[in-house]
Amino acid sequence: MKATIIVTLKPTVLDPQGITIQRSAQSMGLSEVTVIRQGKYFDVHFAENTSPEHGKELVQKLAKDVLTNPVIEEFRIVWEQKS
Amino acid sequence: MKFGVVIFPGSNCDHDCYYSIQSVTGQPVEFIWHQETSVKGFDAVVLPGGFSYGDYLRTGALAKFSPVMKAVKSFAEKGGLVIGICNGFQILAEAGMLPGALMRNSNMKYICKFLKLRTATTDTPFTNRLTADQILNVPIGHGEGNYFADEDTLKQLEDNHQIVFRYLENPNGSLHDIAGIVNAKRNVLGMMPHPDRSSDPLLGSTDGRLIFESMVNALAGANRCE
Repeated sequence: MKATIIVTLKPTVLDPQGITIQRSAQSMGLSEVTVIRQGKYFDVHFAENTSPEHGKELVQKLAKDVLTNPVIEEFRIVWEQKS
Repeated sequence: MKFGVVIFPGSNCDHDCYYSIQSVTGQPVEFIWHQETSVKGFDAVVLPGGFSYGDYLRTGALAKFSPVMKAVKSFAEKGGLVIGICNGFQILAEAGMLPGALMRNSNMKYICKFLKLRTATTDTPFTNRLTADQILNVPIGHGEGNYFADEDTLKQLEDNHQIVFRYLENPNGSLHDIAGIVNAKRNVLGMMPHPDRSSDPLLGSTDGRLIFESMVNALAGANRCE
């Protein structure tokens, strides 16, 4: 079981890094690239005997308490089940 | 009265704070390693500047999990004086001891220079030696000092006079030109500019002294009341 947590700035928060990268894209000649927002990506793996329910709780806690600053950021979780 | 300067892995203004506070106030100062679980015996706690935990994840984000922070938090809840300078401010914001967040500067630059601050309130234990609107010459050195908070929080800060210092010329995009704020109880101050780097004439300004002197003043007053 693996979770991927994607952290992004809230839409209302200015992203100076994203803006700067977008300008660089323009300079490269990629004029169709109008907006870039920078974020973070975390792969989280669990001990084998972790139940899916408990895993979900852990990831919520991790995302809320550590990986994001709720003043400026939000997150979404993508689950990957090992076959 | 005893000052404690916390050292996190990656702090680098700990000795500046130690030296400035000791030489300005003549009071005893001790370092507090971040693994400590108590700040007993200290009258004021300083979270110094630097790059705690390498600024990994977000500035100040991982320092809030250092064992000492639990003690600093309960110290502040009991009314103890806490000042966070630069990275210390970032840590206080991440720890939820001050509202808002410090984001990347809006102009792509790490800025290290002297600039002017306007004193927005003298009604704090950190500014009681200052006069209203007094201009201070204090340096900044940061890449992430761009203060952000939502509208409601900003209104609250304005209404309660929690904004302590404002930049005369905003260097980093901070909302409302905020350079430093206190909590609602007014015993926790976070500021991006460095009073520790402006307390010795050799460094070009001694305006930062007034902040440390105010703390001593406040503590002396508090002791008298007891």
